[in-house]
Amino acid sequence: MRFPNIARTWPAAATLLLLLQFAPAHAGKTLDQVRQRAQLVCGVSTGVIGFSSADSQGRWNGLDVDVCRAIAAAVLNDPAKVKYVPLNAQQRFTALQSGEVDLLSRNTTWTLTRDASLGLHFTAVTYYDGQGFLVPKKLKVTSARQLKNAEICVQSGTTTEKNLSDWFKAQGIKIKPVVFEKFEASIKAFFSGRCQAYTTDASALAFIRSKEAPRPEDYLVLPELISKEPLGPVVRRGDDEWFAIVKWVIFALIEAEEYGITQANVDQMKAGTDPAIQRLLGSAEDSGKLLGLERDWAARAVKAVGNYGEMFQRNVGSASPLKLPRGLNALWNKGGLMYAPPVR
Amino acid sequence: MNQLNATHAWLRRNLFSDAFSGTTTLLLLAGAAWWLPGLIDWMLLQAVFKPDAAACQAVNHAGACWGVVAEKYRVILFGRYPHAEQWRPLLATVLLLAVIAGSGLRLLNRRSLAAAWILALPAFFILMGGGRFGLTPVGSDLWGGLPLTLLLATTAMLMALPLAILVALGRQSGLPLLRGLCQLYVELVRGVPLISVLFLASFLFPIILPQGFTIDVLLRVQAGIVLFAAAYLSETIRGGLQAVPGGQHDAATALGLSRWQAMRWIILPQALRAVIPSMMNSAVSIFKDTSLVTVVSLYELTGSLSLALAGDAEWRSYYLEGYLFIGLIYWTGCYSMSRFSRTLEAGTGLLRPPVPSTA
Repeated sequence: MRFPNIARTWPAAATLLLLLQFAPAHAGKTLDQVRQRAQLVCGVSTGVIGFSSADSQGRWNGLDVDVCRAIAAAVLNDPAKVKYVPLNAQQRFTALQSGEVDLLSRNTTWTLTRDASLGLHFTAVTYYDGQGFLVPKKLKVTSARQLKNAEICVQSGTTTEKNLSDWFKAQGIKIKPVVFEKFEASIKAFFSGRCQAYTTDASALAFIRSKEAPRPEDYLVLPELISKEPLGPVVRRGDDEWFAIVKWVIFALIEAEEYGITQANVDQMKAGTDPAIQRLLGSAEDSGKLLGLERDWAARAVKAVGNYGEMFQRNVGSASPLKLPRGLNALWNKGGLMYAPPVR
Repeated sequence: MNQLNATHAWLRRNLFSDAFSGTTTLLLLAGAAWWLPGLIDWMLLQAVFKPDAAACQAVNHAGACWGVVAEKYRVILFGRYPHAEQWRPLLATVLLLAVIAGSGLRLLNRRSLAAAWILALPAFFILMGGGRFGLTPVGSDLWGGLPLTLLLATTAMLMALPLAILVALGRQSGLPLLRGLCQLYVELVRGVPLISVLFLASFLFPIILPQGFTIDVLLRVQAGIVLFAAAYLSETIRGGLQAVPGGQHDAATALGLSRWQAMRWIILPQALRAVIPSMMNSAVSIFKDTSLVTVVSLYELTGSLSLALAGDAEWRSYYLEGYLFIGLIYWTGCYSMSRFSRTLEAGTGLLRPPVPSTA
């Protein structure tokens, strides 16, 4: 038997090399990369109602998606210049670490482990959520503490699973978690009686009850919230400028609500006399220069998606199918937790 | 009258030949009578065919909501591909299916078939990827749905078969190093699930590559699937090689054929013919295994279905209908493959009719 001649195999090797496209090594400057390709690559969920989902035409919308749009507007002056990469719960951090996405805006809970050990930075909170329970009324359960020895359906790969075991351990109550990888499978199992309770973030529970239950009146959302789930966009470590940009675009959206700047009136407000508003919208001092952005960065963001309140109402609030109350997500001066450091 | 007698005789022979077969027939009929009306009622009579969410909601799962397919078919079939450009994946899919059908039904002779494949594959990539002939470039990470499933499965089969033959021959080689390497490859790849091969290809590979080099994710995943399929296929083929009697080798040598000539003209044709059913088995399972690429953010048929439905408030509860729709697509593909396998076997004279009933 003869071995193939080296000279004959080199074309194959050359072809392989051609397939390896040369790309610049990690420049560390996400902002430059985003500008260079004139596109923001945004990691989103594979479909969470109100936060990020694709419609029948493949257009993305939701609260998390609006964050991407606002950043694209501030950086590239065009909210449409975003490529959405749908990521599941397990792969989301890898995608961000490996540079596949510039930004992860995918209802991700801010926790110490994630912030400290995954090479990422959480930027700001865009939604304060908490974990709750859905139970059939016929169980006659009125509190999660009565779920002794219950089988509880839960989706894997999220903080939900851990919260569930932690909380019941702290209460000294034994439960049996029934873990599913897919959302559909988990709720189908619950509504077909596989479990006595279903647990997930409260933002989703009310809607699951009203839309997915065979008879919504047979089910009940329990009053307890067993966890704090501050959700927000995440960036890679090692690029402080980009970290600041993402953080401050979100702060600007919250501040815009506080000052009453809306998508509709942002141009008039620019011409107003309030120095704080002028500073935010770039008609007085140039706050954009400090971030490496243009002068009207915040005005562009608000013009693209509205202020935080408008984003909330359109995607998860009263103007959306979810119809969630503002609750913790109201502004700090209206009884909520949304508080942005001053843009000055 | 004669007709009636014939029918009667047929019924007697095939369905009521004895007490056992008669009971089975009756039980099956009763089962069908109990189950079919409800199924027909759900699938057709009470079903909603219009893309009208309110109508589906009103039926409340008493009937199927096929409207979900009517509403979402573009996302289901083409995934994340830009909406305005979706004629391109459509055309590419039709083209690829036509060439596959042309090969399967043997509408073309060998030479034009080869030409068709050589033209169709680049055309598929140009249509999907663009960047030429005035087509907007579309990155392969945005390819999805049916064309992606077809591409992954077809390429896997086309490339795994030659590789598998080489590996199978390598395992029979007289060179210990080559034999050992082939064995190592087969055992390594067979020893892990496809999903971990995909994870390696998608996440680990970019990390071990030298800084600055990136390989397209689709290419990495495709290579993973090819390597995986080839490992299984090579064992099938090795089985076929072993089934060829040693005398064939000796006879070929006696005729003055060299080792390779004997392999090419005497041994391999017999070996491959003998394992057509199990090769087809691998083909079918690879076709379905492509659904695993969802885990690495490539949204083929099953992935694009959940992309289409998971986040949609109005349509999310009708994923059963969605799964039935893509199930039909998978079934059509798999059934066509098994029909193709039967014609292949018939062509080689290996397909024996079932043993006739003695009654």
